[in-house]
Parts: sequence; structure tokens; C-alpha cells
Amino acid sequence: MTSLWPRIEPLLAGVEKPARYIGMERGSQVPVHRPGSVSWLLVYPDTYEIGLPNQGLQILYEILNERDDAVAERSYAPWLDLAAALREHAVPLFSVDTHRAASDFDIVAFNLSAELVYTNLLECLDLAGIPIRSEQRSETDPLVVAGGHSTFNPEPMADFVDAFVIGDGEEPVGEMTECVRTWQGGGRPGGRVGLLRALASVPGVYVPSMYSVEFDGPVLRSVTPRYSDVPAVVDKRTVADLADWPYPKQQLVPLIEVVHDRLNVELFRGCTRGCRFCQAGMITRPVRERPTEQVRNMVANGLRRTGYDEVALTSLSSADFSGIDNLVSDLVNDQIGCGNVGVSLPSLRVDAFTVGIASEIQKVRRTGLTFAPEGGSWRLRQVINKLITEEDLYSAVEGAYSQGWRRVKLYFLVGLPTEMDEDTLGIAELARNVVKVGKQYTKQASCTVSVGGFVPKAHTPFQWFGQNGTEELHRKINMLRDDLRKTAATVRWHDPKATFAEGIASRGDRRIGAVIERVWRAGGTFQEWSEHFQLGRWLDAMAAEGLDPDWFVTRHRTEDEVLPWDHIAAGLHRDFLWQDWQASLQAHGLPDCRWTPCYDCGVCTDYALEHVVASSVPPAGGSQGTGQDLTLGGAVPVMLSPTRVPT
Amino acid sequence: MRVHFTEFGKVRFISHRDAARAFERAFRIEQLPLAFTLGFSPRPKVSFGLALSVGHESDAEYLDFELAEEIPLEPLAAALSAALPEGIDVPAVVALADRAPALQEAVSAVEWNIELTVDDEVTGTPMITPEIVEHRVEALMAAPTLVLERVRKGRTASEDIRPAFRRMTVLGPTEGGILVGVELATRPMSVRPAELVAALGSEFREGRVRRTRQWIERGSERLDPLAADPRIALEARAS
Repeated sequence: MTSLWPRIEPLLAGVEKPARYIGMERGSQVPVHRPGSVSWLLVYPDTYEIGLPNQGLQILYEILNERDDAVAERSYAPWLDLAAALREHAVPLFSVDTHRAASDFDIVAFNLSAELVYTNLLECLDLAGIPIRSEQRSETDPLVVAGGHSTFNPEPMADFVDAFVIGDGEEPVGEMTECVRTWQGGGRPGGRVGLLRALASVPGVYVPSMYSVEFDGPVLRSVTPRYSDVPAVVDKRTVADLADWPYPKQQLVPLIEVVHDRLNVELFRGCTRGCRFCQAGMITRPVRERPTEQVRNMVANGLRRTGYDEVALTSLSSADFSGIDNLVSDLVNDQIGCGNVGVSLPSLRVDAFTVGIASEIQKVRRTGLTFAPEGGSWRLRQVINKLITEEDLYSAVEGAYSQGWRRVKLYFLVGLPTEMDEDTLGIAELARNVVKVGKQYTKQASCTVSVGGFVPKAHTPFQWFGQNGTEELHRKINMLRDDLRKTAATVRWHDPKATFAEGIASRGDRRIGAVIERVWRAGGTFQEWSEHFQLGRWLDAMAAEGLDPDWFVTRHRTEDEVLPWDHIAAGLHRDFLWQDWQASLQAHGLPDCRWTPCYDCGVCTDYALEHVVASSVPPAGGSQGTGQDLTLGGAVPVMLSPTRVPT
Repeated sequence: MRVHFTEFGKVRFISHRDAARAFERAFRIEQLPLAFTLGFSPRPKVSFGLALSVGHESDAEYLDFELAEEIPLEPLAAALSAALPEGIDVPAVVALADRAPALQEAVSAVEWNIELTVDDEVTGTPMITPEIVEHRVEALMAAPTLVLERVRKGRTASEDIRPAFRRMTVLGPTEGGILVGVELATRPMSVRPAELVAALGSEFREGRVRRTRQWIERGSERLDPLAADPRIALEARAS
């Protein structure tokens, strides 16, 4: 129960970036583990640089440490060099806060925000000396928990995780703490199984061992609770109003450079744009905007505390925040009292990005600008319901170039439903036109076209769609590269092989657990890192388990098929998703329901929730859901706020 | 202004660049009115001294910065210490004379305490005594030259590093090895502690390493960086 630091310290001399493992960030805590307090180790199963900025983990870290009956520390996946050294010297995985062994904690909780980190969860458990399979764990082993977006299809990880938390974690972590505390205080009734059964009754908590899974040949027949007190369907948890959760209050300031190394303030959660490929948008409904005043306070306090000179206003579509223009303007013009700060708006929608916003954010610093049209043609964008017009895009990039940007980044998906080569080549056409717009302002105008292969995700209208195979994705990417050769557009693409493995892990059922274990045993950790990824490991593992990769990845699902995640509910009615899938095949778009009548996806009505907006006025830009005629396609004009000439 | 800071404990694992970023944030946390460079992308006028390698501790690190307006000097050291990560402390801040030479050029000698250890997996039981190290030190200091293959700007070149060694003494045993005190010149070339350890013997490993002093030498004078170029008027006000 003591610090492992004296044993860790000598190992750090021989590893890359040893400061990954020392903790001591501003905002970090040194919790005192008391008898009767439930201890959580919150683990991000990727490198420190990727994991540290994760807001979800930081929020839970604070909430748990504020409780009288809980303590929380953090850990990240050790890089390969330290992992080898830990094994060689028999030092277990540790927390970075007090360097306590992972197995000393009551709960080891993982953030699963992407599927390719799954093997790292096994690696972390193994380094911790915790049996990787739930069934092998004894009463003295920590409870292994996972949350995050990927857990909306928990089945591929069901063999390894004792309990999943579906949806927002703010409330369930408290309820789980109480559940564990009661069980520990009451003499551990029923042993480990007793605890798991009790946890299964906590709303939003899915305990896979409490369900039996039936197959008929390769076909999933059913996932049913084994006891009457275990819910047949686990509904996601949703924080009704972000105003009640102004976290993180003390964002961690890392000592080394990490991704998103700046103050991050969450503007809102949820998105009702209804992009059909976007799992995040579907599973986080409804929209819950933070009150503007609270945003301003969090920014002001955060900047003062951290010493950062840049703030990111985060959400799934930040320019959609009602009142975004005033907020950004006040920030850069020092109306919030922190001096001049750089503002970055991740996830910008082109239809909401105005010259006004562009001129404001460039006053302090030109942060990178990424726009995501996703599809190369208006038809395809109707299919995926990303209803932005070519004019939206050109106006947005014109806004950027006219305000001094020389390069913009455009993000597209390939392998979307109904996609034809003319859609793919439409990406090249857009890119060429974007450069043309830019050349009017600067000779150096260029753009980066970033292309990702589409992976259909659970709880989206595209959950029935058969993903494109690796060859097809390669063909499309190469076609695009050929078409953009010798232009000012640079094409970057995600490896289709990794996209394929992501497909296995995304829509897999419980049989995929054995595959993930095999990939891990074959040395397949850090699968999100291209230098460590080999599709061969995944295909070998599938073959060894007698599973057909195409059955899981490229096959179209049928309406009557039992999907592996049907017993997990994001609130979206299956009928709604199926109808939306059918509408998409007709290239029929659906407006943003925040500003139009409800079309009953199921979330608000089933969970008695409402959209929470910071202002009753829709954001300035926007062709989607702002009363414009969608059938006109490319002809829709965009309203721009007046250009302000920077002084 | 010249800041003297120390770096001890876990925080020694951060890089020089990380320390620089920590100072930039500390300046903003304390809302110091830093002077900025002119031009397209203004940068605060902050210049760091010699780099401290990842893993090394120090009693004697320095950095210079310029203020846009005068502020009381007295509370500055404590305020910066509070805003910096645990393990980085600021014992003193002094006002510099205008046009004081930059630290990187001015500092001409550094002192180190270097712990030598023996990799016990090679030799079985660690066989390292002050006497053994004493002999090596004597031999090294007696040698007229010490030619090393070093990579400079991508090219390998032979360099005589012997002129950099001013003084070397065995300070005594530590828990895990032997502590050696060294004074090294930084010109015409600087020598890294790891190179010195290797020069003493291939069986030695670098244990704890701590920079203990930096010196600015002018003629026969040998000055602490804090005392080298004081701005008299401001110092008087602060006292």
C-alpha cells in the first residue's frame, strides 16, 4: 500500500520521456487513502500525451476526489520501453499521482473513447497483475470498469470488463462508489458476484456476466439477463443540465507537451445536426449548452489558474453554440479579463463559420482551421445528412483566407453508403475550388485534404451498413491522390487496414473478445499508432477463432437482425434509426431538430429531457435547420456577419 | 531581470524546453508585465541559460527576462516559486544592468556533482571504491589529450575534450556509488556528464547528476551569474 516510486525511479533513466510517469501537474491531487473510502484508478489506455488532456477523465477525477467516501488517481498506458522494464523488474502498473500499485485500488476504470485502444486495456491489466478475464478475478482483485463512447457497443470487451458505464459518467461514479462501499462495509455479501449483481441495478451500468448470449451458427440470437433484477436493456445516463457540472474546475497542466495543450472549456454536450455517420452526435443527445456566463467564468478562472494563453471551446460543433460570436469576440478583445488569448474552435461546421468569427480569432493567433464537409457531393452529403452546401464551404474558406489564413484543412470520409466514384472525385473538385478561392487572397494558398475510411458505428442509422473493404478504400484514396497530383492540395489518409480492424472491434459481438486477446498476446498494443499496427495480427486472430472478418465488417445487416448492442439503449428508437437509414438511401436530409419541430428520435421523450440552449437565437450561419430550402442544393446563399477589418 | 532557479526531485525528468514552458506559464499566472519582441508574432523577451538535460538536477540554473514596466522586486522570487511546478524553486531574482551579456555567452564554466555507479548486471557485485575512482581521475587529469569521436551537425569528428576539464575530485561514497566533483569549461567546447563518465571508465554508469554552480569569468574575476551585471539602482530599491 505504499509508493512504488523508489522502484520506478531507476527505470525512468532508461526510457523515452520519463516525465510521462511523474505526475505533479498543476491541478493534480495527492489523495489520502482512508479506510472506508473507495479508491478509483482512472486509466486512459494510451500514452500520457494522448490521455492526459481527456476531459472525461479529468472531470471524474475531480468529482470523485471531492467526495468524502472516494479517492481517485490516474494512470496512462506505459510506452513499450517502460512496459518492458516494468516486466523485467517485476514492478506493477502504477498511478502517476502517488505511484501506488494499480492492484491496490478498489476500482480500475478505463476510458474507452476509441476501439483500437482495446488491446491496451488488456496490457494495462496484465502489467497491473490483474487477471485479464473477468471470470478469472478473485474477490481481492480490483473491480474493472470501462466508460466512454466505445462502450455503446460493449460486447467486444465484455470478457474483460466487469462493469460498463453507458453515457455521462458524472452521476453513476457516485452511485457505484456507494454500491462498492456498502458491499465492502457489509462484509462483502455474495463475494465478487454479489457486488456485480448489485452494480447491475445501478442505472446506466451494464454488467456483462449477468447476461447470457445465444448464438445460432454465426448469427446472434439473443442477449438476455440471467436474473430478474437485472435490466433487459441498459439505458444510457445523461446529465440533464451542464450548468450543474462546471468541471473540470482545476484542469491539469502537464509538465510535458501533450495533444490539445491549452485550456479546454466544454461549451455543450450533444448535437442534433443528425449526421448519420456520427456516433458521438447520436449517442450524446440532446443538446445541453452551458450557460454563457458559466463558460466565461470557466475560461477566466481557468486561464488565471493555468497560465495558458490559448483556450479551446470544445463540443461536437462549437460554432453552433448560440451566442458564439459574442463569446469569441469578448474573449479575444479581453472582455473577460485575461489579456489576449488565442481561441480555437475544434469541430467547426462550415455553415456556421462566419467571417466575423474568422476575423475575431485571428486577432491573437491564427490557430489551425479544419472544416469537415465529409462528403464530396451534395447528393452524398444528403445521404449522410451533413447538409452543408458548396457555397457554405467556399464562404467559410473565403472567410479564413481573407482574414490571413494560408492553409485550411478539409476532412472527408470515404466508403460512405451509396458512394460512387463521382462522389469521391467531388472531394478533389472541392479541394481545387477551395485553393482557387484562396489564391484570390494569397499566392501561397493551399489546403490539406484529410481522408478517413468510414467505419459504421453502433446506435447510428448506418449501423446496418457494410463497411468498404481495404481494397476498395485503397482504390478510392488512390483515385483521389491521382486527381490531386500537382495541385496545391495535399492528400493525407488514414490506413484502410487500421480502418478494417476498427470495423471488427466496432460492431463485433462477444466472440470478438477472444480475437482482441489474441491480438494482444501476439504483441499488438498501441494499435492506434501506425508503426505498431499490423492487420495480419487481427486476421490471424479471426482465423484462429474461426470467424470470418467480412461477416463482421463488410456485410450489410438486415432489419430483423439482432444487433450485438440491442440491449444497450442510447434513447434512439430502433424504428427511428431504420427510417433514417432508409431516408439516407433516398438521399433525403433531415434538419436540425433544435430549430425545427421534433421528429421523435426517442431521446428527449423517453428520458424526459429537453434541449438546453444558452440563447434562444439560432447561431448566425447555417443552411441546416434555419429555414432555408434544402432542395436547392448548391444554390443556397449563406448569411455572413459583416466583415470587420482587423486594426 | 535574472532569475536563479533550482530543480530537484521528480521534476528533474522534464526537459529544458518543458522547464521553459513552465516559466512562461508561471509568468502569466503571476501576470508579470513582460516586454514583448516587436514584429509579426510578438514573443515575450525571455532567454534561457545553458540547457539542463533530462534527469539532471541543479542548484544553479538561470534565465533572463525583460519587463515592460517596473514592478516591486521583493515578492517576485516567492511568487514565481509558487507558480512553478513542485521541485522548481526560485531563490532569487535580481535586476540586470541594461545590455548585460546574454547568459548563454557569458557563462564560461560549470560545476557538477556526478555520481558514478556500476551496472551490477555486468560485474555481478558492484566493485566500486573511492580508491578505484581516485586512480581513474588522476590518470584522466594527467593525460595531455582526450580525443573523442563526437557527432556534430550530423558529421562525426574527432575532438580533444581534455581542455574542458578544469578540476576533478572524489567527494566520497554515496548509497549507490561514488560522488565526483567536477569543474568544466564550456568553451571552446562543452562536455556532457555522460561523456565524462564514459571517459573515466566504460564500466561506470551515470547515477544522480547535479549541476552545482555556473560561473561567469571576466579576466581574473569569477562571478556568480546573479552578481555579474547588477543594476544598482533597482537593487537599492529592493533592499
